[in-house]
Amino acid sequence: MILIEGIAASPGIAIGKSLLKQEDEIEIDKQNISEDEVDEEIEKLHSALEESKKSLQELKEETAEKLGEEKAEIFAAHLMILDDPEVIPAFENKIRDNKLNAAAAVKEVIDEFAAMFAAMDDEYLRERGSDIKDVGMRVIKNLLGVEDISDKMESDVVIVAEDLTPSDTAQLDTDKVLAFVTRDGSRTSHSAIMARSLGIPSVVGLGSELIEKAEDDTTIIVDGNQGKVFFAPDQSTLEEYKEKLEKYKAEQKRLLAFKDKKAQTKDGHQVEVAGNMGNLKDVDPILANGGEGVGLFRSEFLYMDRSELPTEEEQFEVYKKAAQKMGDKPLVIRTLDVGGDKELPYLDFPDEMNPFLGYRAIRVCLERDDIFKPQLRALLRAGVYGNIKIMFPMISSLDELLAAKAKVEEVKAELKEEGIEYNEDIDVGMMIEVPSAVMIADQLAKEVDFFSIGTNDLIQYTVAVDRMNETIAEMHTPYHPAVLRLIKKTIDAGHAEDIWVGMCGEAAGEELLLPFLLGAGLNEFSMSAVSILKIKEILTKWTLAEAEAESKKVLELGTAAEVKEYLSKIAK
Amino acid sequence: MVKEKKVMITNKTGLHARPAAQFVQKAGKYDSKIEIVFEEKEVNAKSIMGVMSLGVGKGNEIIIRADGDDAESAVEELVDFIEVEMKKEDE
Repeated sequence: MILIEGIAASPGIAIGKSLLKQEDEIEIDKQNISEDEVDEEIEKLHSALEESKKSLQELKEETAEKLGEEKAEIFAAHLMILDDPEVIPAFENKIRDNKLNAAAAVKEVIDEFAAMFAAMDDEYLRERGSDIKDVGMRVIKNLLGVEDISDKMESDVVIVAEDLTPSDTAQLDTDKVLAFVTRDGSRTSHSAIMARSLGIPSVVGLGSELIEKAEDDTTIIVDGNQGKVFFAPDQSTLEEYKEKLEKYKAEQKRLLAFKDKKAQTKDGHQVEVAGNMGNLKDVDPILANGGEGVGLFRSEFLYMDRSELPTEEEQFEVYKKAAQKMGDKPLVIRTLDVGGDKELPYLDFPDEMNPFLGYRAIRVCLERDDIFKPQLRALLRAGVYGNIKIMFPMISSLDELLAAKAKVEEVKAELKEEGIEYNEDIDVGMMIEVPSAVMIADQLAKEVDFFSIGTNDLIQYTVAVDRMNETIAEMHTPYHPAVLRLIKKTIDAGHAEDIWVGMCGEAAGEELLLPFLLGAGLNEFSMSAVSILKIKEILTKWTLAEAEAESKKVLELGTAAEVKEYLSKIAK
Repeated sequence: MVKEKKVMITNKTGLHARPAAQFVQKAGKYDSKIEIVFEEKEVNAKSIMGVMSLGVGKGNEIIIRADGDDAESAVEELVDFIEVEMKKEDE
């Protein structure tokens, strides 16, 4: 048995036969042809181009049907390349002038174009280089009569590859392909995203070990939840996974029933179960899992992996698209939260002794109009297109909250003056993640439309435990009675002023904590998309009165261990 | 007949991606030979590979040049596409 661990790219479990995809090993025989063979090669080229166009056209239609127009666009782009008035003569000229056989001519032209795009500064254009290669390989395969991987595919296979191109992934016949695993890639690479859209398990980034050790037609287990791949598993592992697979299937089927149901308790008490997101791509999984809103859009992701601040327009586009996708459902967008463990190289902040207690989040924004104002403008403008709510991170005093709110009013006045459309009545709320904010929550609640509790930081600041320090990782627990009491105090303070209170930290999706949070009166639970259905299901097993009674008991317990044990005992 | 006009790219993405594809499709409808001139390079405006390889971004100025019977309307439509329709994508 061989176990290789990689990145869990798409959840689920599959047990099947491995099928190695060795595209790169297609050998292109470079031949010099004679003058009288030129016409024949050009003719071959054109029939291969026609074949390729035909299959791309089919692929485009199929993808549009299976995965939507947006995913099919890539093949429209491929078709344009094959219709390009510069590309076709380039192929022909290589054959005619360099006296090359068609396959070698295509390869050389494609390599030249790909090299040109690879050298460009623009990331978008660099990626187009791989489209050109993808198209080129299709034509070459047609020229050489190489079988496409799907031709030799039997049922229940797991594809093992170095990497999968967009055409590979879109062409996967999900009736036959159970999963795929790749040497390259990350959670955000194209193939991983496609796997999640197709709903098949996938593990990526397995490294060169995968290619060295993988064998064709061997039993393989893919654990897309934990990022594990087993080749030729022993009997006990196989049995274990067969059981897991059965359970997983049964659970998925059962949970799907909750997708379109309102999140409510057995006795009809309604709460909101929402999802957390970092970028636009996360919206679909939240909706597909029955999320009733977005409780936390971490806007800092718009600021990362780039060399300068995103412009107002760029942000507006993203917020607007997210708002449109969510429709009437609430979309809580947190203003920039950098500093602490999240650095932006281009802002060039000085190193600090205690970054988590330092210059971060709202503290930065309040000092830097050049950062804060474009974001607020974008949020207010996008607010016209959906149910956007603005949320400030790391508020530790009333002054900060009032200053941030004043900034919103200032920006509104500017937009009005400029005659730009914006949402005058946008809801404004704040995160509760600093103990000082909990202590004055009664005063803060008068100034906002909602609270959202950020448990990770609240624990860190309450228990004085660095959440990045592995030595004391065990101390960073939401079960600490002090943390639970702060949560309760926050909820009560919010309700006293008739505002809703949510939670967008990891703890909101923890199954064990659910009865406590429900009983404490939490109104909104925001978590990773994959947890939503399960939490919706557990909610239906409790009545509000039962949860309230348990919540009171939990608040009397003395240690985190006791809390956890008690919650495990009462879990349904 | 040769006709040419200078135009400034003002949309966010520049002449890449979807705008480039639409531009090429529009150019393809005309019989005239159409070229884009940018930083001493000239490319076939009917070629997606050619247009994208220029890497024309926001703030760049290009010349659209057409040669043929329908040159005048070609230049007019393509300039209009850049100045009006591509801007709309930003909104």
